[in-house]
Amino acid sequence: MDQLLQHCVNALVLGGTYALLGIGLTLIFGIMNVVNFTHGALYTFGAYAMYLAAVGLGINFYLALPVAVVAGLVLGAAIEFTLLRPLRRSDIDTTMLVMIGAGIILQSGALWIFGGVAKAIPNPMPDQPLNIGPVSVAWVRLFVFAAALVLIGVTYLTINRTRLGRAMRATFQDHDTAALMGVNVSLIYTATFAIGSALAAAAGALLGPVYVVFPQMGDLAAVKAFAIVILGGLGSIPGATIGGFILAFAEEIGAGYISSGYRDAMGFIIIIAVLLAKPTGLFARAERIG
Amino acid sequence: MPLTRRTTLAAMAFAFMASSAMAADPIKIGVNQPLTGAFAASGTYVVNGAKIAADEINAKGGVLGRKIELVIEDNKSNPTEAAAVAEKLITSDKVPVLLGAWGSSLTLATMPKLEEYSVPMVVETSSSGKITTSGNPFVFRISPPSAVEAEAFEPIAKKLGLKKVDFLVINNDWGRGAADDFSKMLKANGVQVGLVETMDQTSQDMSAQLAKLKASDADTIMVTAAVDQLTLLFKQMAALGLKKRVITTGGSQNPDQIIAQAGSAANDTLHLTTFLPWWPEKTPNAEATSYFLGEWKKRGFEFAGVTESFRGYDGIRTIAAGIAAGGAADPASIQKGLWAVNLSGLNGPIKFEKSGPKGKESGQSKPQVYLIEIKDQKIGHVQL
Repeated sequence: MDQLLQHCVNALVLGGTYALLGIGLTLIFGIMNVVNFTHGALYTFGAYAMYLAAVGLGINFYLALPVAVVAGLVLGAAIEFTLLRPLRRSDIDTTMLVMIGAGIILQSGALWIFGGVAKAIPNPMPDQPLNIGPVSVAWVRLFVFAAALVLIGVTYLTINRTRLGRAMRATFQDHDTAALMGVNVSLIYTATFAIGSALAAAAGALLGPVYVVFPQMGDLAAVKAFAIVILGGLGSIPGATIGGFILAFAEEIGAGYISSGYRDAMGFIIIIAVLLAKPTGLFARAERIG
Repeated sequence: MPLTRRTTLAAMAFAFMASSAMAADPIKIGVNQPLTGAFAASGTYVVNGAKIAADEINAKGGVLGRKIELVIEDNKSNPTEAAAVAEKLITSDKVPVLLGAWGSSLTLATMPKLEEYSVPMVVETSSSGKITTSGNPFVFRISPPSAVEAEAFEPIAKKLGLKKVDFLVINNDWGRGAADDFSKMLKANGVQVGLVETMDQTSQDMSAQLAKLKASDADTIMVTAAVDQLTLLFKQMAALGLKKRVITTGGSQNPDQIIAQAGSAANDTLHLTTFLPWWPEKTPNAEATSYFLGEWKKRGFEFAGVTESFRGYDGIRTIAAGIAAGGAADPASIQKGLWAVNLSGLNGPIKFEKSGPKGKESGQSKPQVYLIEIKDQKIGHVQL
């Protein structure tokens, strides 16, 4: 029983960051119909930005986080402006190839600048874990969990409660009509990609201090993000949130009670099951976002 | 063809031309290491150690009157790439000998290529038993197989009074091989073996495995993984409040890096290593150790890397000694020469003994194994 409780707490904390990873990806796909293959690289970028800010420049840990997120926002906007905007009328294959190329450039760039050896980001939280009965959890993980929930909440509110969000949803429903109604569709695309990128960078900046930072860290993260998005349904923010938690629970319980050797396979077993039963994903409502 | 004066002359002229042409050319040594991916830190250290040896050898005039040249390729911590890199080094760069490939799965994937092209390789790090028992006569290993590590650990296990041991190992030939060999030794000594948990080499979050190990009734956890994963493990153990005796194997711990990155979470852990750079005077070849450490420092590398990089240094020195002993820089002569190597390495004499099926033996040198301890974020040598 103690072990089960510990597994559940682990899964909950892990799920928060998985959800964050999934939302950035699902947002971009839902609104722009772009499969963002730079997602993993942006996650890595966020972690290195955090490393540079916190370790390189010596900025306070809690201030370095928003710096890394803003860096992700700016990079995302730049990618959209230089690569995606000229390709707006091209087919999905071309866009996909360009994005794969951009991802490789970003990853190789990190390798070139920082080398292949992993970097650690120290955090100011106490080393001793928080103990509640038989369950222990590190303070830094609790902080990451809380920060992830805040970011998810802010994203949800931005899309459902702001003018920008309304314009984004309108563009998603019918971008020609939205354009006719005076929505600046180009700006919406840039904003969407920038927000999605910022969320990926935020996930990297949050998890960098929990794990270690290295150029290929985004590969596994991207695979998980795609899994979460497929699980939750393409374009659905609640879907990606819940999908993130489902994946975390599947991995944690699977590794704890079935076999740790198949930990990373558990998520995919669930995805296959979901796709067989409900091919659009658990929460996809056709042509809606929010 | 009957040997006439003309053909003899021609042959001599050709041989002369060939040898004078070769005297200008350096002898190439292929280095197949993980410079990116999960084992990037370790592979990079090995390469830097190898470069020190090559520079030292060249400064002393090289081998057989020729300089040596390292051709370094990245196997990306991926067995498929390791085999491809070996093939590229042999067929395109025409290297007559290789150093590689760090991990057991990487080395095992490379071995069929050695056989295919009859090119010898000095294995500097891998510890899976299979490498020197599967009948590949082109393999010469200077690192200890996990059975030798387990044997060296036997008196320690008795002294520590281990009752029940769980394992947490990397899910590849290295980790599984270590779990098998240590289990065998422990069971023979009346120690119970409990859980054998595995983790993928790319895994960053091991909390599920650790929660399971926390709930087990074993007193000790034996861990086999490389430095980056060990750092994460110690941090995650501390986060789960898991307080059991932890012993790591495999010799790729880089204890100073663990202390720097995991801090107090690394306290009270034991590590089986194959080099004692903290006390050069205690190493089998103190003079060479001091030279190596001085050179490492001069090049501005982090001290933490030396427990890994000394293998690259010893590996290249072994290869150079093999070339010298073989008398020529072709694969067959080097293979023959390696059997004659008798070198004082940084971790004891390097001298190959036959291992594996008769007629197709691999070479295995038997290095020292030590136990060190991290206490109050400092490293101590556990005397036995």
